[in-house]
Amino acid sequence: MKLEDLRKIREKTEKEMVLRDGKARVRVVVGMGTSGIAAGARDTMKALLDEIAKRELKDVIVSQAGERGLSSSEPVVTVFEEGKPSVVYGNVTIDIARKIVAEHLVNGNPVSDSVIEVNG
Amino acid sequence: MSIYRTHILVPVDEGTVQAGVFEVKRRLEQKITEQGLGNEVKVVESGTVGIVGKGVILVVYPERMYYTNVRPGDVSLIVEEHLLKGRIPPTLKYASLDIQGGLKSLHNTGLTREQKRVVLDKSWKMSPEDIREVLATGGYKAVEKIFTEKMTPEAVIDLIKQSGLRGRGGAGFPTGLKWEATRKAAGDQKYIICNADEGEPGTFKDRLILEGDPHKLIEAMVIGGYAIGATKGYIYVRGEYGLSIQRMQQAIDQAREYSLLGPSVLETGFAFDLQIKIGAGAYICGDETALIESLEGKRGNPRIKPPYPVTNGLWQMPTAVNNVETLANIPEIVNRGAAWFRTMGTDKCSGTKVFTILGHVEQPGLIEVEMGTPLREIIFAYGGGVAGGKKFKAALLGGASGVFLPEKLLDVHMDFESLKENKAVLGSGAVLVMNEATSIPDMLFSILKFYAHETCGQCAPCRIGTHQLLQLAWKLREGQGRVEDIDTMLNLAETMQRTSLCPLGQSVVAPVKSAIDNFRDEFERAAGHSEIS
Repeated sequence: MKLEDLRKIREKTEKEMVLRDGKARVRVVVGMGTSGIAAGARDTMKALLDEIAKRELKDVIVSQAGERGLSSSEPVVTVFEEGKPSVVYGNVTIDIARKIVAEHLVNGNPVSDSVIEVNG
Repeated sequence: MSIYRTHILVPVDEGTVQAGVFEVKRRLEQKITEQGLGNEVKVVESGTVGIVGKGVILVVYPERMYYTNVRPGDVSLIVEEHLLKGRIPPTLKYASLDIQGGLKSLHNTGLTREQKRVVLDKSWKMSPEDIREVLATGGYKAVEKIFTEKMTPEAVIDLIKQSGLRGRGGAGFPTGLKWEATRKAAGDQKYIICNADEGEPGTFKDRLILEGDPHKLIEAMVIGGYAIGATKGYIYVRGEYGLSIQRMQQAIDQAREYSLLGPSVLETGFAFDLQIKIGAGAYICGDETALIESLEGKRGNPRIKPPYPVTNGLWQMPTAVNNVETLANIPEIVNRGAAWFRTMGTDKCSGTKVFTILGHVEQPGLIEVEMGTPLREIIFAYGGGVAGGKKFKAALLGGASGVFLPEKLLDVHMDFESLKENKAVLGSGAVLVMNEATSIPDMLFSILKFYAHETCGQCAPCRIGTHQLLQLAWKLREGQGRVEDIDTMLNLAETMQRTSLCPLGQSVVAPVKSAIDNFRDEFERAAGHSEIS
């Protein structure tokens, strides 16, 4: 692979990641570092995926990332929506994860009790 | 008509009336007049702002700040601090409205407080397991830049030198100089090693980089390899870091697939490849020469310096050993330039530093802030202060080989120089907070236990000294110590500093001396206790 190929892949993926141009409306990122996993991030992730599947939401991508350092608030889930500030949730249990899908992703109302930060 | 610099809206509705809004308003007006702010601040009664269940609310314009649950007793604080001095009182609850009309917490304490992120800017936003996402978020742009602009290895080294980047593993050696020395050293084969054997107790900064952005490290090592003329790199990862090892290996495999590693990186003719070496859990292998020995398949005994690894490193060849956090700065320096990097931090310590905050704090976790940030800010503004409303007693900076700082040194700036002036070290960036109930002799005991366990036994001062110190600390703790033991400990630690072979034995003096110097009375009390009984 050459320099130009790298550039092409970069540009193509950049477009895919921009939610507006891609298929998805919302990107939900679960912090899956060691602390997150120890605090139950895998279960949180499963609950998100399950609830999203149950509600047949087709425009939501769930992905994982590393940690940001909010160790005392793990599991941490961030919701990125095009044109809106990103919302960071802390201490996301299975129940809160389901609530985030039902209230934030479906109805557009962030679950304010669990919000620890709003960016942008 | 006069122009007011500040308007305070007092929303009056059923909820706020019940919560006592009129009393708050009366006091507010009275206090404003008292402070002579009547011509500058105007209090306006308004209708509901749609916030329920938050007690009395005050909205301050032009800041658009919402104080919630305001009690009459809070009013003088708001007037004196916010209106008069322009400082927002941290003890009050306040918020702003987000774009959807919901309340957004604006608390400026805690781990979400604004930070300067360079090495950990993306680790929580993109998937470390998908190289395409990494590319889309700017990964490998620095490698691309070097090859597109045909930067020479010398130019890269020069850039790093100009940036003022210094090693983040604890010693603070200028990275550019290390690379230059390795490049200039004679040798057929050169190596670059990433020291990811993060063993300092209380430190987990490197883990977050390895887990969250492994490609950034690969990118940095490709650049480093190119700069010093190495074709082979090793990442020495602490064996306990299972997820780090897994993600790092996956990233290396993906990078090979994309020709970012291999016999000809991006078909430029530059050959570079990486390999992971898993450490077996010895603290001493965090020392670069012990790490190299371990990498060669031998027992992790430190070597005598000089010669230094830059001339006689792995297999006696020129080798640059860099810490994870140091390397993670490299791509952004290449992308954004040395001048940009120098806008952060202090004159002699540019850039940011990652700190791990733990112990008796409200919010343990990790932050990345500019070099030179005061310790007080790190503990109180980011860590949320001492947990459970207890009083601060001491902070242990930099892990086991670190120093105890008492309350009077809370305002020290966290950079290499300022800390040195206060006989402290930055170390790995771990900030362990202890509250008033902590016994310093106990803490020292557990640190000495760690040292006695981790000494490699190669040289007598450290092998014997660590165990003697542990014995003395144990006696003090058990109420069998004597006052003379305190000075014996100091003496012993100082002798070890002068005579030990490697940094492990040499650094015992740091916790011992700082604990005794700053909290001598506690040690004396522990020793005196035995005479009574």
